[in-house]
Amino acid sequence: MKSQPKLLTLLTVLSVILFIGALAMVFLYAPLEAVMNYVQKIFYFHIANAWVGMLGFIVAATAGVIYLVKKDLKWDIVEMAAVEISLVFFFIAIITGSIWAKPSWGTFWTWDARLTTAAILEMIYLAYLLLRKGIEDPERRARFSAVYTLIGAISVPVSFLSIRIWQTIHPAVIGGGTSGAQGSFGMTPAMLMTMFFCLATFSVIFVALLWYRIRLGRLAEQVDQLKYQFMQ
Amino acid sequence: MPTSKRPSFDYLKAIGAIVWKDLASEMRSRELLSAMLVFALLVILIFNFAIELQPTLRTTITPGVLWVTFAFAGTLGLNRSMAIEKDRGCLDGLLLAPVDRSAIYFGKALGNLAFMLIIAMIVLPIYSLLYNINILIPGLLLVVLLGSIGYVAVGTLLSSMAVQTRTREVLLPVLLFPVIVPVLLAAVKASSGFLQNLPMNEIWPWLNILIAYDVIFTAVAFIVFDYVIEE
Repeated sequence: MKSQPKLLTLLTVLSVILFIGALAMVFLYAPLEAVMNYVQKIFYFHIANAWVGMLGFIVAATAGVIYLVKKDLKWDIVEMAAVEISLVFFFIAIITGSIWAKPSWGTFWTWDARLTTAAILEMIYLAYLLLRKGIEDPERRARFSAVYTLIGAISVPVSFLSIRIWQTIHPAVIGGGTSGAQGSFGMTPAMLMTMFFCLATFSVIFVALLWYRIRLGRLAEQVDQLKYQFMQ
Repeated sequence: MPTSKRPSFDYLKAIGAIVWKDLASEMRSRELLSAMLVFALLVILIFNFAIELQPTLRTTITPGVLWVTFAFAGTLGLNRSMAIEKDRGCLDGLLLAPVDRSAIYFGKALGNLAFMLIIAMIVLPIYSLLYNINILIPGLLLVVLLGSIGYVAVGTLLSSMAVQTRTREVLLPVLLFPVIVPVLLAAVKASSGFLQNLPMNEIWPWLNILIAYDVIFTAVAFIVFDYVIEE
């Protein structure tokens, strides 16, 4: 394995700087929201985490399709890396959302379309990891996980749509009316700036993490090959 | 098959042969259907204790109970139907047969669909009898058909994957349930719509979701099944 590329080191340093910058913008630059006060601050990181989660989801589905077409194991590594990162970031998004929801909606959780879809997505990712664990042959593992990513990628939007229809016919009881409307707020330009800065920051962090994870995946592949040679 | 003059006819014949094989072996052993049926009845029995199915609540709770029963009994059937192929090396035999791979998928899926519908046709009247509520209405039967198609379309694909992993049977529900959420949700909502005699314009969105899901996932499974059994 080649030593760490310069660009990756640069990305890592950039991630740290941007993250500190994002924290500073959230706490020092963005104005306090009139009703929710400090509670609203979590929104910036919440939306950035959810964004990275979605980004990982799209990257994973794309890598899965490319693998099925090209049959090149490097796309399998990309797919798994994206799923793992997405799993963690979506989990953080759910947790930060719950922390925000408790004071704003009066409950940690409601069965709103977005929340439920996020939970389903996490379940699909966990099932994906279990599926991978159950297969030893790398080539078959890659095929099966690519197929499952594809199935998941198609079913999640359909789930979102159907839960949304369910919610419009039967509005959420807790929070009254559609829960999306509860706790919404108008954003000032400074708030918007902070939000976009956080989105950009987390995108850079995502790229850096993805790169590290892909490198790790390649190393693991090489270790496996060495083991195999040693056994013979 | 490639040399055949009537490929589409041969394709249908191959599918028919696989369905016939599944049904015939099932009619002789009855191990799959009996396990599914007993399990389904047990689930309904347990629901009776778990949530008191009072007469006033029956129309609202019945669809949920029914679809949970079908979903659980369905995984039992899907697992068994693929395990039989795998254990006795039948799958290898099927793969050697000079037919298009997707014919194997459609054959297995239709077989599984037949088992699901047979179970539903036995469970529905028994449920009606036990809880004194008529659920044998045409609308509900349509929902059972559409829901089962979606369930089986994805279930057959995922069970042929699960059976080739180390954890086997355990894995299928874990893989299947998160991706069939739209089917279960739409089926429950449409069923309860028919049971409560709601106007059709409130039921149509759910039927549309079921139809869309059936079409999309049958097509996707048809495309990717090759990758799942390619050895």
